[in-house]
Amino acid sequence: MIKNFTVSVNNLRAAANACYSKSRHGLLAMFANDERPINGKFAIYCIFDGRNKKEMLLVKAVIDQHAPPEFPSLTPIIPAAAWFEREINDLFGLMPIDNTDLRPLVLHENWPLGVYPMRKDFDPRTVVPEAKKEFPMAHAHGEGVFEVPVGPIHAGIIEPGHFRFSQAGEAIIRLDAKLFFTHRGIEKTLEGMPIKRALFQVERICGACSVSHTLSFSQAVESVAKVEIPERAKLIRILIAELERLYNHVGDVGNLCAGLGFAVGTSNGARLKEYLMRLNETLTGNRFLRGMVVPGGVRNDLPGELLTQIAETIDKLEVDFIQLVELLQENDQFLDRVNTTGILPYQAAKELGVVGVAARASGVDYDLRRDKPYGGYEQIKFEVPLHRSGDVAARLWVRVDEALEATRIIRQMVTRIPVTAKKLKEPIPSIQPYSTGIGWSESPRGGNIHWLMMEEENRIYRYFVRSASYANWPALTVAVPGNILPDFPLINKSFELCYACLDR
Amino acid sequence: MLKILRKIMATGTVTESYDVTAVPARSRGEVREAKKCASCGACSSACPTGAVRLGNDDVTIDQRACIFCGNCIEACEHGALQQTGNYKLGELSNQLEEMGNELKAKIVRTLGRSLAIRHLDVGSCNACDWELTALGNPVYDLQQYGIDFVASPRHADMLMVTGVVTRNLTQALLMTYEAVPDPKLVMAVGACAASGRTFGESYAIQGGVDRFIPVDIYVPGCPPRPQALLYGLLLALDRIK
Repeated sequence: MIKNFTVSVNNLRAAANACYSKSRHGLLAMFANDERPINGKFAIYCIFDGRNKKEMLLVKAVIDQHAPPEFPSLTPIIPAAAWFEREINDLFGLMPIDNTDLRPLVLHENWPLGVYPMRKDFDPRTVVPEAKKEFPMAHAHGEGVFEVPVGPIHAGIIEPGHFRFSQAGEAIIRLDAKLFFTHRGIEKTLEGMPIKRALFQVERICGACSVSHTLSFSQAVESVAKVEIPERAKLIRILIAELERLYNHVGDVGNLCAGLGFAVGTSNGARLKEYLMRLNETLTGNRFLRGMVVPGGVRNDLPGELLTQIAETIDKLEVDFIQLVELLQENDQFLDRVNTTGILPYQAAKELGVVGVAARASGVDYDLRRDKPYGGYEQIKFEVPLHRSGDVAARLWVRVDEALEATRIIRQMVTRIPVTAKKLKEPIPSIQPYSTGIGWSESPRGGNIHWLMMEEENRIYRYFVRSASYANWPALTVAVPGNILPDFPLINKSFELCYACLDR
Repeated sequence: MLKILRKIMATGTVTESYDVTAVPARSRGEVREAKKCASCGACSSACPTGAVRLGNDDVTIDQRACIFCGNCIEACEHGALQQTGNYKLGELSNQLEEMGNELKAKIVRTLGRSLAIRHLDVGSCNACDWELTALGNPVYDLQQYGIDFVASPRHADMLMVTGVVTRNLTQALLMTYEAVPDPKLVMAVGACAASGRTFGESYAIQGGVDRFIPVDIYVPGCPPRPQALLYGLLLALDRIK
């Protein structure tokens, strides 16, 4: 259940503080909405986790269109608000007062001052001139301190981002990241789009989290349309979501080995991932499981022979995967590199609102599937693995445990799907204009939270995506300093952050 | 150490030639006109990327923009469209087709036996990037064809470009292209790079790759499966028999 509180902008900080102190996992999302065409106001929305399984708290603060375009910053009391506020400042021109870091985040040096693309009066077809501003990066000063710039184009097959390391010899003393290179403005293009068509863009926010994003989107639509999907669709969705977790985690265990040059681990991980990608294509027609989850249910059934194929593949894979993990567990050179490297302390993980594997490796016991059950997860049995050391090793072992847990959930689904009724989909009725909905799901990287407001004819008025990587990127800059530069690729891989998910 | 060796021996060789494995029945590849189109237009209005175009009495699919979602087929009440598993959709650009045979032979002589590729993401969702990574797994083993990924554009013969060109990556695209020594090839990988239309028009998107640099090979897909990428690579090197 979502408890709504609407306040004037002057009371935003007090209201947010009250919700924050009652909350279990803190601030989940914060975003702005230009509601001037509806009611003459801008709005700042903050979504907090509630105290129990059923509760979420939503604070809406309104700013009159004739009032100064600003709001009190929450960052001094809630560190997790920092990036959200910078994004609001960039895209809406609403300034968070008292946020000490208002450097641009989403829009780079090529974007002119004073143009706010997410405001409703910005026409998406406007030709925006190229600006040539400076892009300020954070530095460290001192005798002998030098900087190493890396990216946005990296040496491997990696997404684009720019890293600036401040170095004292081999040791990293500060890291700043310039991201949002793949920013595609998806939230803006979704505005005015019918939900049926929006699905295809949401599915393409990120490749490796396609299912999770589509699931969050579909659940947001279903909540606002008050649609209950058929039982069979729920179970197929869980199966597909766990297959996404499995192929990501298995592949990531292999990729982590690439970060320290253990070729046997890398190629075994890549081989096992390939078998899973082939299974994905056999089931859904797409190697990234696209085209299965749709608002109202699922598009295709999984008949008995495909379910048998899933069970057989998973059985074989599990044996193979455990053998791969044993090669790592008993390998001193490997353990020497991953133990105590890139520690994210519990307190930092908690305050930054870190999610997913990264949180559960630092002792933050939070998983949306268990703690905010959605889409049928409340009826199935599974464990949420937890490690506490916060280092590269902890993130690796959480992934290993979760991959094995995913195989157990998949097996449960394989036996349960055949005994449900055949119905796969409910139609989406006409939705009340300007009603809002939230959808969430636990992706392989953590919670993906989507919020939407509808307008007439089942079109989208505003769409907001808080991906798992959005919450976790700032944590990387906490975990890296104090380590040596050659360990950065390893630490980065252990967080396994999506750039596309973050940038949108 | 013994365990590692045992694992290697037990796994054996898993590498296969790129087109030996059968395409799964559900695989969503090329959309074709199966029978006479009734020109009702349901397919073209259902297409999220504007890839389906209606002629006078037929329908054409712009493979470069198609994301293979199958929405057009579901929308067609006459059963005129059909989805096949065909993934061999890579095509050479006109400039490469029209280039004199002698020059083409020279490029193939220079690059054909060993090709060094630099990957460049200019705004992708990372699905294409992961499929590029998959080319290096032991099953596809890109190196068996004398092809490999390199760390710097200065070492590369070819750019494989993924994604729609975003405003924030335009400079990186142009500078990376400049850094690759001549002669060079450019492959637009997937619907975003090949058409620039996947995410519609936005303040943050500039279009397809060929708006900025000349493209020699287009490989459709969303994302193209690794076999489709290999087909495109071998096509560019004139090694498809």
